[in-house]
Amino acid sequence: MSQTFPISVTVNGKVYNREVEPRLLLSDFLRHDLGLIGTHVGCEHGICGACTILFDGEPVRSCLIFAVQANGHEIRTVESLGTPDHLHPLQQSFKDKHALQCGFCTPGFLMTLVPFLEEHPNPSEDEIREAIDGNICRCTGYEKIVEAVEDAAAKLSQAK
Amino acid sequence: MTAKYLSQPIKRLEDKYLLTGNARYVDDIEVPGVLHAAFLRSDYAHAKINKIDVSEARKRPGVVAVFTAEDFGDFWKPGPLQVPPPTAIAGSKFNARTIVPIAKDKIRYSGEALAVVIAESRYIAEDAFDDIIVDVEPLPAVIDLEKAWEDTSVLVHDDLPSNMAALVSQEVGNYEEAKKNADVVVSKRMLVEHVAGAAMENRGFVAKWDEQDQQMTIWANTQSPLTVRGSVARNLGLAESQVRVITPYIGGGFGPKVMTSLSDDVLIPWIAKKLNRPIKWTEDRRENFLATTSERDQIHHCEIALKKDGTILGFKDVFYHNTGAYDSYGMTVPLNTQTHTISNYRVPNFYTEIRMVFTNTMVVTPVRGAGRSEGVFVMERMIDFAAKKLGMDPTELRLKNLLTAEEMPHKTGIIGQDFVANVLDSGDYLDNYQKCLKAVDYEKFRKEIQPKARKEGKRLGIGVVAFTEGTAVGPYEGCKVTISTNGKVTMATGYSTQGQGHQTVFAQIIADQLNVKVEDVKVITGDTGSFAWGAGTFASRGATLVGTASYLAAQKVRAKIFATASKAFGVPEDEIELGEGFVFVKGKPENKITLGDLAIKANPMRGVVEPGVEPGLEATAYYGPPHGATGSGALAVIVSVDPETYKVKVERFVMVDDCGTIINPLILDGQIDGGVSMGIGNTLYEKMVYDENGQMLTASFMDYLMPQATDMPKKIEIIHQHNKSPLNPLGIKGIGEAGAIPPGPAICQALEDAFSEIPLEILESNLNPSIIYDYVKKARNS
Repeated sequence: MSQTFPISVTVNGKVYNREVEPRLLLSDFLRHDLGLIGTHVGCEHGICGACTILFDGEPVRSCLIFAVQANGHEIRTVESLGTPDHLHPLQQSFKDKHALQCGFCTPGFLMTLVPFLEEHPNPSEDEIREAIDGNICRCTGYEKIVEAVEDAAAKLSQAK
Repeated sequence: MTAKYLSQPIKRLEDKYLLTGNARYVDDIEVPGVLHAAFLRSDYAHAKINKIDVSEARKRPGVVAVFTAEDFGDFWKPGPLQVPPPTAIAGSKFNARTIVPIAKDKIRYSGEALAVVIAESRYIAEDAFDDIIVDVEPLPAVIDLEKAWEDTSVLVHDDLPSNMAALVSQEVGNYEEAKKNADVVVSKRMLVEHVAGAAMENRGFVAKWDEQDQQMTIWANTQSPLTVRGSVARNLGLAESQVRVITPYIGGGFGPKVMTSLSDDVLIPWIAKKLNRPIKWTEDRRENFLATTSERDQIHHCEIALKKDGTILGFKDVFYHNTGAYDSYGMTVPLNTQTHTISNYRVPNFYTEIRMVFTNTMVVTPVRGAGRSEGVFVMERMIDFAAKKLGMDPTELRLKNLLTAEEMPHKTGIIGQDFVANVLDSGDYLDNYQKCLKAVDYEKFRKEIQPKARKEGKRLGIGVVAFTEGTAVGPYEGCKVTISTNGKVTMATGYSTQGQGHQTVFAQIIADQLNVKVEDVKVITGDTGSFAWGAGTFASRGATLVGTASYLAAQKVRAKIFATASKAFGVPEDEIELGEGFVFVKGKPENKITLGDLAIKANPMRGVVEPGVEPGLEATAYYGPPHGATGSGALAVIVSVDPETYKVKVERFVMVDDCGTIINPLILDGQIDGGVSMGIGNTLYEKMVYDENGQMLTASFMDYLMPQATDMPKKIEIIHQHNKSPLNPLGIKGIGEAGAIPPGPAICQALEDAFSEIPLEILESNLNPSIIYDYVKKARNS
């Protein structure tokens, strides 16, 4: 498996040119080749959603995609949102509403929710629960995540 | 002293790192020159090993080394007992058969490690599995607990006469005598199903040996960093000071990460030292399901004896507890079951017998709930069955027998996981239950809501149960609090954290004592290089034990602040005032010394220090309770059952909880919510299934169903009680497992209520629509 292929991927606005094995998972490429450790791997079979990233703006499981498939595409990870001292409004709402505990699943939730909130600026509770149904959280029981999304939606629509 | 931070909903200090991808977990640790480990695991549950041929694997490009049990030579040996047997219980029998680091001669569960491959990448390490030839002779698997107990069973450990891992009985009063006076006796056999901890982060381990410094550094997401440090040092013949275990951010624990002396923490340090290369291992989800640890899996034979007015005379419970293939974690889980079976109620006569049995399944250790769930499940179910037989409402029978505040402290006499006779320290269990009935409006549900729903063809049912949560057991925990010369405070503890908000709650307690801003207190958890004493994260003991140690250490530092300031200002201590981050003489606020400058003064470079004075604004404190603090509560659920599909929906969920003093209400509710999702998951979705050959049929999230956002009730209504524990100065009791304990029996009671016209009796803890359908069909035909 030593054969490698050149890829050019834009991640969080920066272009990376790398040689990768065709079997390298996108999640491993982001985490270990690029050092973007905010994308977490929980199951590697596409169920838990912890590794969710934006692929050309769409939330996808990075554990189910090979890095070579990202050639020529645009990826966004949790690192593209806020920083510790300047949180994205959704991140701030997660903090304010105690919507995270161990934090391992959190980046996946955020990356699922960023495009969701763009498409659904005033979501109902049922719509929020549907939206995050593909992300598993073992710590929070989801209620506070739902509250955080409602809080963020209110803040974001006010800002518009 | 006024508490500025205690009991306030302080937003978590750790969140900003976790939210932005700036928190490092163990798989994020990158060490230059690292090699990757992968474990080849057995497909067989029970087999004799003839030969494991790794010669071809060793030749594969990129493979650095491959080891089987033989390659470890004398280093290979069964591991230690992480938890000792309960010798405090007279007559207890315990056969220690501890975990082996890698299978030798015999395979005892599917998933047991057979070989470990070390390679330049994890991909290559796993490729090499294809090169390994495993020659084994399969043996019949021991799976059924009751059959395994019989003398005729195939043996998991050939050198034992049976599969008995332990036999422990305890009795208060005399059950058989009490039964003679009973008007009603009910007997049932019940099953509490097998579930996974399933933290979202799998386990991981990185070891780096420094040949020059003769130092081993380990990064691991363990709940017991000090146990790992101790066992690695002993295994390698090193002093504890030569091993540093660092726990980075940990993606959930829930119990299984407490287990040590598994293949990774035993073998990887040895390999790192032998190869003199850093080694990293990250567990994958399948390995987590097959070869970490899991829990529940008990079969109970219960009997309850009552007077016709509903007074409980006695309870008897003989139960089989699966310990899996080995029993290194002792009897924590079944002892918790024993203490929690009767702990809500006045039960003057109680006989309880543990039959702990070896099987060809993964090792069993605590999972959130940890034996408590099982004890509460069987007791609550038996009360429901007894109420039906007596023709009483299930709530009425409970109200008659629940313990009250006047009876506290209440000695149950049953020795628990801490080897101490159980004492219920505080609380009002009757009041919990009454408040719960009121909050859910039980009367209105019975008289209006349920009959109306029935008329509309809807099946609604209600269940209201009581529970206790034994928490905060010993032996002890500790911490060190230091004020730095920049005026900021650092606290270090050996306790590791998995998302419980420790970095905030301990900071709150310390900030109040030292009158500093909460964000100026940095809490370091689970780094043995910073603090090297403690037992580990289990039994909801962090807030109480480390919280109390934080309080005591901060008080000591506070005393040093006043002593140092008194000397600096040349006035008696009672004339010193502590402002936010500085000291001054009362009435002279213009002349301040900051805590940072005071820290410099507390560490003189010349001159004479008086005898007994310790340098620095620093202090260490430990706290160990005489016995655990017991939280308590009640839970009411209203469920609906789809008449076509039998899908169950939790319509209302009202929980009363008493954990004494609340440190942080935001974090507290989060702990309850998380426990509840596990409790609902365990009841309606999650089940680990082994087939008769010992193959796990549920080793992925496609088969092991985790509760999702649409599965949870919309609102978890929580009512807090505030009965402080008398055992510690802040009055804290634990909370971490409460939510996981009562959902099972509450949902079962509610389901039976939803079908109250038929004699429905639910005798197991995990229910999917088809199981419920079968129960209903059987009840209709009876």
